Amino acid sequence: MIRTTHLPLLVTLGTFVIAFALCAWQYPAIFSTRVAANLLTDNAFLGIAAVGMTFVILSGGIDLSIGSVIAFTGVFLAVILRDTNIHPLAAFALVLVITTAFGAAMGAVIHYLEMPAFIVTLAGMFLARGAAYVLSTDSVPITHEFFSTLQDIYWKAPSGGRFRLIGGVMLLTFIIGAIVAHRTKFGQNVFAMGGGAATARLMGVPLASTTIRIYAISGGLAGLSGIVFSLYTSAGYSLATVGVELDAIAAVVIGGTLLTGGYGFVAGTFFGILIMGLIQTYIVFDGSLSSWWTKIVIGGLLFAFILLQKGLTWATRTGKRQSTGLATPS
Amino acid sequence: MPDQPTPMLQARGVTKYFPGTIALDDVDIDLFGGEVHALLGENGAGKSTLIKCLTGAYRRDEGTITLEGEPVSPASTAESLSLGIGTVYQEVNLLPNLTVAENLFLGRQPTRFGMLSRKKMVNLARKTLAEFGLDIDPAEPLTSYSVAVRQVVAIARAAEMSGKVLILDEPTASLDREEVQLLFSVIRKLRDRGLAIIFITHFLDQVFEISDRATVLRNGQNVGMRRLAEVTQKDIVTLMLGRQLEERIHVRSGGTAGELLVSADTLSKRGMIEPFSLDIHKSEVVGLAGLLGSGRTETANLLFGAVQSDHGDVKVKGKKIRLSNPRDAISHGFALCPEDRKTEGIVGELSVRDNIILALQARQGWSRPLSRSKINEIAEHYVEALDIRLASLDMPIRLLSGGNQQKALLARWLATDPDFLILDEPTRGIDVGAHSEIISLIEDLRDKGMALLVASSEMEELVAYSTRVIVLKDREQACELTGDDITTANIVHAITDETLERPSNART
Ligand SMILES: Nc1ncnc2c1ncn2[C@@H]1O[C@H](COP(=O)(O)OP(=O)(O)OP(=O)(O)O)[C@@H](O)[C@H]1O
Ligand SMILES: [Mg+2]
Repeated sequence: MIRTTHLPLLVTLGTFVIAFALCAWQYPAIFSTRVAANLLTDNAFLGIAAVGMTFVILSGGIDLSIGSVIAFTGVFLAVILRDTNIHPLAAFALVLVITTAFGAAMGAVIHYLEMPAFIVTLAGMFLARGAAYVLSTDSVPITHEFFSTLQDIYWKAPSGGRFRLIGGVMLLTFIIGAIVAHRTKFGQNVFAMGGGAATARLMGVPLASTTIRIYAISGGLAGLSGIVFSLYTSAGYSLATVGVELDAIAAVVIGGTLLTGGYGFVAGTFFGILIMGLIQTYIVFDGSLSSWWTKIVIGGLLFAFILLQKGLTWATRTGKRQSTGLATPS
Repeated sequence: MPDQPTPMLQARGVTKYFPGTIALDDVDIDLFGGEVHALLGENGAGKSTLIKCLTGAYRRDEGTITLEGEPVSPASTAESLSLGIGTVYQEVNLLPNLTVAENLFLGRQPTRFGMLSRKKMVNLARKTLAEFGLDIDPAEPLTSYSVAVRQVVAIARAAEMSGKVLILDEPTASLDREEVQLLFSVIRKLRDRGLAIIFITHFLDQVFEISDRATVLRNGQNVGMRRLAEVTQKDIVTLMLGRQLEERIHVRSGGTAGELLVSADTLSKRGMIEPFSLDIHKSEVVGLAGLLGSGRTETANLLFGAVQSDHGDVKVKGKKIRLSNPRDAISHGFALCPEDRKTEGIVGELSVRDNIILALQARQGWSRPLSRSKINEIAEHYVEALDIRLASLDMPIRLLSGGNQQKALLARWLATDPDFLILDEPTRGIDVGAHSEIISLIEDLRDKGMALLVASSEMEELVAYSTRVIVLKDREQACELTGDDITTANIVHAITDETLERPSNART
């Protein structure tokens, strides 16, 4: 049975299918494993970060720091691998601990000081970017052979597409993210907060630990995203990934999650990412269009989805007959 | 039972300050397992504040609490829940974005292999709700059900979570008789299981029916505990008010209708209400009776343009009017005081003053602001007329007690001085003293020539002031009572009697 709450997800899915069909009709070459593989690889870092953003937005918050955290992670890895003998795996673990703790700290400030998430994570954005500059202002190449080993892991599809490790990491993140959001008590608490923090509190939802965990997840996934990004570019650069938080927000909203929280699906974000990736692919295939068209189309889509959500909220509020369902007294 | 040596829950010297008020002043309360303990008091007496201090929703400024003899100090609602204290707060208790089952089990969801099991949750929810007389699909979003259903779900949730103490803050305000009986049978079952139950309400009949003892608060102080078997309603009311309530014998004073003001002709909305026709005259009160979901609120909303009709039309003084939204209605001198004050009424963050003048200002148009002194005059007038208890006119309205919010909302619509006033459950959550004031207010307005349509689930009240009573059933007008036929017994009869004929035959 289709419920109205599923509608945004279905619309996202429908949009993707139609967009894909249109692209494939014009450029049949798009319909190939190669394009599919590239879509996953090119958007891996954004997808991972968007999973974290989905949790944040579901809870009614926002995290503006992730672009900076991704850049910081890249620079941190590049510098530490250049200057020390630490094994990359240890460096990964270290940077994940740092970014998770950073997110948790922002969550704690948001909850305990009752500050708007917007302000706190904006400060976090400047902090992380600043820390990246302090480590290095130049682009630092990563030459460790372990990186090449990781970059060379792929699965070659029969028709030629190479599905790389980082795309797999993104898929795994989405799967785990979906399970945590929709199948755990913590996930339910996230939705509860998005539905109304004051009511959730009266219902016994532990707001403090939930908030802290949400931003810790977002920070940690931004760290993971940074690792993936450094694998993707083989470098760390403090000016990289500016504005990625906004792309992630766009993906989440296009994926059908209500920007004010409470309604949405992690799987929706996945299709949001694919739609955005598809637009880019189309522009590459076309060759003559400026890449700015990506932004324009995404802007239009965002607007359409926000309108759709408004319409749906309005429709469920007024149109529906409320049944009583009370047992009729005899 | 109530004479067990150690109380289940004992509070001593609970004190709570708010800016400008002492909400609780050194309050003691003892609750025993296996008793239903009523907590009574006027609007703003501190009942809700006391239970919030007990459950950790508010931090108390002073006082100690013991649970089964052990000192406890719940610092959050989560903690009191884990101690076995389940609570239904007076405000909205559930989350609109979750399903019924998710709401019911939030915090203690059934799991399989560490994952939530939705199937199990829905099945369990269905079983639990059946015990409470609800036969609904728990996998549906909460918002697809009426306020009454949500209330029952909230109660079911609290009851399931409470191992020791169950606190119900005005749980029956939005329920009608049958549902109240259903709730009471559940309460009795839980009481016999040994739970200590706190029951807050303004319905004294219900207090005497279900409770063993009652603690009365007045202005934040405990003014006495009574064994209900030993006292009368009058004693309790006197204790609550600190004075005798003048005996209001409910003499019917239906008044005589003046000229025709509003008439609806086969107005309907598919899925909401069947076509109905209704004439309302000046100086008359038309009462709307019926069970929950019988179409009372729908009728009111349709006449106010809050819901757009898909058939029929409305005439004012014989002239057909456009009625596609509330603004149209307001411009013709209509006013509607809605049932669900939390979602349709108050603007929580705005001050009490702004909430009161909101509708008047809206009718004037925002380009012609009311003067500051005029605003104050109006607000002060109604605060006094309706006896709204507040620390200052500037405080945000959400900080008022539940009953006082209701009164402020009533003031908002009275301030527009309408020709045709629609009241949907005007006395819900209002204390005994204020209750009779509002009844006489309605009678005054009627005698001054206003036309009123009042939907209420309190039949005694309808009998007291209605010129005519229309009984709704299954979203249709079942019959109309006039004159001496307006009695509680006849209304009950009309509501329950399956064989009753159509309006034309029922009229005598
Ligand atoms: N958060 C708050 N800030 C300031 N004042 C408050 C706050 N909460 C309650 N009050 C005040 O404390 C007093 C007691 O309110 P409370 O809600 O406990 O009354 P009540 O007995 O439950 O009344 P009702 O029957 O109307 O629900 C009221 O005067 C109210 O305005
Ligand atoms: Mg109260």
